[in-house]
Amino acid sequence: MPPILQLSQISKSFGFVQALSKVDFEIAAGEIVGLIGENGAGKSTLMKILGGVHPPSTGQIRFDKAPVTIQGAKAAEQLGISFVHQELNLLDNIDIAGNIFLAREPRRFGCIDQRALHKMALPILEALGLHLDPRTSVSRLTNGQQQLVEIAKALSMDAKLLILDEPTSSLSIQEADTLLKLVKKMKGQGMAIIFISHRLSEVEKIADRVVGLRDGENAGELNAEEISRDRMISMMIGRDLSEVYPESNPVNTETVFSVENFSTRRWPKGNASFSVRAGEILGMAGLVGAGRSELAQALFGVDSSPSGTMSVNGQPLTRGKVKNTIANGVFLAPEDRKASGLILEMTIRENMTLNSLSQFSRRSRIDFKSERIQTDKWLREFGVKAPNAELPVSSLSGGNQQKVVLSKWMTLAPKVMIFDEPTRGIDMGARQEIYQAIVRLAETGCAILMISSDMEELLGMSHRIAVMHEGTLSGILNRNEFSEKAIMTLAVQQSLATSAS
Amino acid sequence: MNTPLSRFFNRYRKEGCLAVVLLFVAFWTIFFSRNTEANSFIQSLIESRFLSLRNLENLSRQVGMYGIFSLGMGLVIISGGIDLSVGSLMALFGTVFFFFLTGSHAWIPGMPWAPAILVLILFSVMVGVLHGWLIAKIRMPAFVVTLCGLLGYRGLAQTMTHDTAIGYYDAKFNVEGLESLLTGEIFGLPAAFITFIAICLIVYYLLHLSVFGRYLLALGRNEQAARYSGINTVLIMAFAYIICSVLAAVSALFFALYTADVVPSIHGNFFELYAIAGAVLGGCSLRGGEGTVIGIVLGTTVLLVLQNMVNLLGYDSSFSKVITALVILGGVLVDRFDIWRLLSRPKNAAAA
Repeated sequence: MPPILQLSQISKSFGFVQALSKVDFEIAAGEIVGLIGENGAGKSTLMKILGGVHPPSTGQIRFDKAPVTIQGAKAAEQLGISFVHQELNLLDNIDIAGNIFLAREPRRFGCIDQRALHKMALPILEALGLHLDPRTSVSRLTNGQQQLVEIAKALSMDAKLLILDEPTSSLSIQEADTLLKLVKKMKGQGMAIIFISHRLSEVEKIADRVVGLRDGENAGELNAEEISRDRMISMMIGRDLSEVYPESNPVNTETVFSVENFSTRRWPKGNASFSVRAGEILGMAGLVGAGRSELAQALFGVDSSPSGTMSVNGQPLTRGKVKNTIANGVFLAPEDRKASGLILEMTIRENMTLNSLSQFSRRSRIDFKSERIQTDKWLREFGVKAPNAELPVSSLSGGNQQKVVLSKWMTLAPKVMIFDEPTRGIDMGARQEIYQAIVRLAETGCAILMISSDMEELLGMSHRIAVMHEGTLSGILNRNEFSEKAIMTLAVQQSLATSAS
Repeated sequence: MNTPLSRFFNRYRKEGCLAVVLLFVAFWTIFFSRNTEANSFIQSLIESRFLSLRNLENLSRQVGMYGIFSLGMGLVIISGGIDLSVGSLMALFGTVFFFFLTGSHAWIPGMPWAPAILVLILFSVMVGVLHGWLIAKIRMPAFVVTLCGLLGYRGLAQTMTHDTAIGYYDAKFNVEGLESLLTGEIFGLPAAFITFIAICLIVYYLLHLSVFGRYLLALGRNEQAARYSGINTVLIMAFAYIICSVLAAVSALFFALYTADVVPSIHGNFFELYAIAGAVLGGCSLRGGEGTVIGIVLGTTVLLVLQNMVNLLGYDSSFSKVITALVILGGVLVDRFDIWRLLSRPKNAAAA
């Protein structure tokens, strides 16, 4: 089959930075190509060229056999190239149909023709298996449904080529599965699909071919039968990866952190009871919305919780008091590091000491000298790639930002450390460093609770895995019981039971 | 490129540029108010009306009185909030203070000036606590809470005086020494200016050297992340409003004695806006988390020197508002496009 899109020898430089150099890429109708690479490998630059955001410095683009230049998003749209971005770009005060046809609404007498609008939206939603009234407000949809609306938006433009950029990063496992099935169906209808994802298991499941980028260059290509996790990783990082997840064993069996009958504001009837031993990494799985982050926030005390008790080394803690929790050595590295983990505009130094400033102050005066010396030390210790600690945290990459969050808490000798999605949106190299840091921390006897939506990460890092379902802990799996299926069974309980009957 | 000196220049680049503006306005005023009958050019500048003892004394008193409450406003703006009630509070504080001294209101006990000042400061703390509680704890929008203050406090003052003036000269209680304390001079400088300098040092310590200041800046940038770091954001935010209210009271004392009678309907009118203007011109961001004491002081001073220029050079005084508006707009526009950085960046760094 002839390729619908053919990029040859595409190069792009920004000033002195060579973002892409002589990249070749092609895709045929009815094909799903997985595009993989670490952050900064050039994936997004390549996609921006396709989207008409940047013109390539050199090289040729052929679409439907004809050479084209894509200038501006509108031009890409007219060619039939549609994007679904990682972040949801929906207006949640407008209904589904309005979002799908935003700025392209059918008009009547200068007003939006609501009836025609909803009529047009219906078949597209049906095709996606989204059985919802197009008049439903987007704010009432789950993340997964919202992502489907994004795809509906792309489909409504008569796309020939659909580019999915990390479409599952904010979805639960179940929602992601639905999405993958849908993508396969669209492929069957003759659409060409570029699938960009950090979740290699998804790429493995869905792609007909995988193209790797590394440092702005082609890093190789894998055919259907060659696609495997290990080969993809070694293609991305340019060397073999013997072990992503470091080996670790709990040092002893002493219980450090125990939680009894905890509920959260979101799930007031929920009930979570579990305990974590010294040096143990307890993974926590669940669908998005199962109340894992809410539980973490309630335990840490930044959110209130209606009921429950917790104790550290047998000493009970008061609920809902952050100061108290921190004083007892229970810390949280939150899910959204940009909104709750860091103050982006402040310097690395100021971020690192924000929670421990009393150590660097006499009475109320900050001792800037000792603060500088200490943060420079931490910078090296945690391998934060920055020339000095006086730069704003916003200038760091995601992985390095996360290292700042970790250093902020890990230097305070935590007894219990809660990680909420510690590697979300972080590339493989930095991920490994974070895993190593977590394991090192566990080896000091810290009890670790690691919430994650990344199945491989859970299976690879945890000693046990607790699964949440609608605010309740539905089960804990030991290492010998670990499997994706066992986790899913606990995570979706009801829905599986009903679908079985 | 990370020497203490380069850090200093980078941190204070806005303030440096603002100081240049200030010097420019000052030289402009000196030049055009020069004494044309002097023997030499230098002499004519030295003998200019701007540099006359009376003008400098007047100007420094103004800087002191306006600067005190502007610093309070600055802290509130840095916390990410706003206090629109400052001007009305000053009318209320002035009115209440004079009622203490005259004892002419049924509900307000008369007393000598020293306890009166003490009680007034306590009252201002209470007002600050109320603002802080409503805004930080109950989480009402600062704009709404202090807008109600803007209407309410002035209305209260007008009601208490039956919308007439209340004068210092009707004082029935001991006011000996009060006038020299508030309008007199210390070391040849107006008392208001000396007080201002002292308050500047305290606020500088609070904002730039203390743990409180770091927390305030953090809170202004990202309240949630501050809370996740274990900072008691409610207390820190409330404290900003308390400081603002207390500084408004201190400033109100100087203004009350300066005008000698308080007409609640016009006393302190628009002062909150001057304070906001000064802080914004001095580099505070209304989104919070950004601002320095030096910036706030320079911003306020620039506005007052501009005003002084208009008075001295006999420009139409109504036009001074337009000039003020243009200076603020220009200042913020320059900041918006970060022209400070372009100006202060060394040439070789720009090429890299």
